[in-house]
Amino acid sequence: MIDFELAPEQEEGMKAAHDFARERFRPVSRYYDEQEHEDPKELIDRMWEERNKGTLALGLDVTAALRIEELCWGDAGLFLCVPGPGLGGAAVFASGTKEQMERFLGRFNEGGPKWGAMAMTEPACGSDTSAIATTAVRDGDEWVLNGEKIFVTWGKRAVENPESLVVVWATVDKSAGRAGMKSFVVPAGTPGMRVEKLEKKLGIRASDTATIVLDNCRIPFENILGSPDVKKADKSETKGFKGAMATFDATRPIVGAMAIGVGRAALDFVKEAVENEGIKIRYGVPRHKLTALERDIMEMEANYKAAKLLTLRALWMMSQLQPNSLESSMAKAKAGLAVTRITQKAVEIMGPLGYSRKCLLEKWMRDAKINDIFEGTGQINMLVTARRVLNYSRDQLK
Amino acid sequence: MISFSPTEEQQMIVTMVKQFASDEMRRIYRECDEDGEIPGSVIDTAWQMGLVSSGIPEDCGGFGGEHSAITGSLIVEELAWGDLSMAMHILCPSLFAYPVLEMGTDAQRKKYLPSICDDKYKAATSALIEPRFGFDPYSLSTSARLDGDGYVLNGQKCYVPLAAQADLVLVYAGENGRSQGFIIEKGTKGFEVGEREENMGIKGLATYEVSLKNCRIPRENRLGGQKGCDFDRIMNCSRVALSAMAVGVARAAFEYSRDYARERLAFGEPIASRQAIAFMLAEMAIEIDATRLMTWEAAWKLDRREEATKEASLVKAYADDMVMMATDRAVQILGGHGYVREHPVELWLRNGRGFVSFDGMAMV
Repeated sequence: MIDFELAPEQEEGMKAAHDFARERFRPVSRYYDEQEHEDPKELIDRMWEERNKGTLALGLDVTAALRIEELCWGDAGLFLCVPGPGLGGAAVFASGTKEQMERFLGRFNEGGPKWGAMAMTEPACGSDTSAIATTAVRDGDEWVLNGEKIFVTWGKRAVENPESLVVVWATVDKSAGRAGMKSFVVPAGTPGMRVEKLEKKLGIRASDTATIVLDNCRIPFENILGSPDVKKADKSETKGFKGAMATFDATRPIVGAMAIGVGRAALDFVKEAVENEGIKIRYGVPRHKLTALERDIMEMEANYKAAKLLTLRALWMMSQLQPNSLESSMAKAKAGLAVTRITQKAVEIMGPLGYSRKCLLEKWMRDAKINDIFEGTGQINMLVTARRVLNYSRDQLK
Repeated sequence: MISFSPTEEQQMIVTMVKQFASDEMRRIYRECDEDGEIPGSVIDTAWQMGLVSSGIPEDCGGFGGEHSAITGSLIVEELAWGDLSMAMHILCPSLFAYPVLEMGTDAQRKKYLPSICDDKYKAATSALIEPRFGFDPYSLSTSARLDGDGYVLNGQKCYVPLAAQADLVLVYAGENGRSQGFIIEKGTKGFEVGEREENMGIKGLATYEVSLKNCRIPRENRLGGQKGCDFDRIMNCSRVALSAMAVGVARAAFEYSRDYARERLAFGEPIASRQAIAFMLAEMAIEIDATRLMTWEAAWKLDRREEATKEASLVKAYADDMVMMATDRAVQILGGHGYVREHPVELWLRNGRGFVSFDGMAMV
């Protein structure tokens, strides 16, 4: 049955996340935007505590998306500091064995704050993840990793905090192309893995974005996710690459949820400001009678809603065990672009207040933009969507 | 609990309507547009599916099923995918029936609904739109004035589907500045059907101007009696229906241009293998899905009898833009072939443009 009613526990989860975002994120939002790379240590301990109580426990489903929206309504950068298995965990979850899930994910339910990062992008390869140059060479019962990874979200935290982990994508056989691409779990503290650099960014400055170097980094053989075999015969689709893509199917709508959180922050801000001016937004009035302001706000609201529903559908499909590559790319493409525009429009509407660093609106505009870039740019998601609706392979539609 | 899956029963209805749309409607949609006429046999076949009467209680002559805006949205999307003129013609009796069903007095329901639920299609309609710049359903020029034991209606209406054929017309008029519905039976003095209108699109559907000149009707013909009707809800039901129809038209345009782009070669490759074309199709697909989901959400609110003006009006405006974008792109993707009447996309573009003006012309 088509239904949009939230379960009581979903409502409670949203409320708890919203309260946390309002009380803990918003007051320090500006501070950590300006003090880029300063570790919000106390806040992180607090997040870890809340997470273990369940308030901030975030999976990859509708319930999680609803909470993430609220947290990113508070601050998307600080949300990206919430300890947990993260994208690394998602990769383990998508293509790990049961034993690996226990070994790598079990730790996230105990001890101190820890993070799971995913290292995919390289200096010479962004969206074209199959062109990865980092190598993994088997040496007895170990893998030896060599290469450089950039733009690793919470990479520093994952490399430097005990019991954290980084999932590294590397090729075991360059001549095999996509088929040679595999993912490996590298635990924090493994000799040969270090943080080389922290990026200075347009937005989400509270979140660390690291360059990670792997220099003869040795990990146990059984830390490979998926099969070590390279099946050259089947060139078009292979398991390693599929593993990466399966991870995206789960994480792209999560980015959608982050995006709409930032978008709603801007929307709420504008609506409140407009209301304080005594202006009422009139729904149901013919379009030719609306003011330009009303039209703008309604368009922003509709786009927010469109992005949100596409996001929830993609996650709902996953929970129904339905293939959702198309839908998750649709959600990500729409959400990234929608909130980029919503926040830019919000700054425009608020004029000097929008542009000033006295308010958070300009920050949200900067924060929003990342959602149209990471986990696949808007264009890559359009490309995936186009291939799916046309039933084209990547050779047929480049 | 959030779910995006129609019930089994809804899926069965959708399958049936889809079949009808692709077998019957798509076979003759072009002639209907060119000739300005829809064969009665198709309408009768459609009527046999019981799409309107299924949601009307047994004691009013219907099949006693549930009347649901979500089910309605699913149905009208498929019919509009088949052809918008035919969809509006087939569903025209619901313009009268659904407001009476939901808001009519017991006497009104008993008196009027059984005749609509007849085995044979019988036209009934409603008149909302007025032929003037700045038309606003909430501030109608057509007036209803209480005078003794009846109401006197005056004003001018347009875009009244099947006005010449209909036995029953629900006329919306301003009563002390508030929009209300009034039931007018065929032959009432002062109710005059004008010339058939000629429009850019929906050419298969016969629409008319209607004049009300001191048209006097009994007091009990006010929709909902003393209580009146919930005009907001009527408008919202219409917004949801039109949004769902816009999704249907846009989907038709998307599918056709997608298939064309896969077949059409340029420079030795299908044009769909170029991003300039492929990205247009991707955006169409995304926006069609987004609009459908927003339509469902508004419909869901209507089914729960919750205030839905915000959701319904947001999705309606979104759908108006979306269907223009999608149908225009479909024409663009076909290029010169999109401009000629051998292909359907120019027809969908003409129909798509109408949604901004179709207030009240569909109902769930």
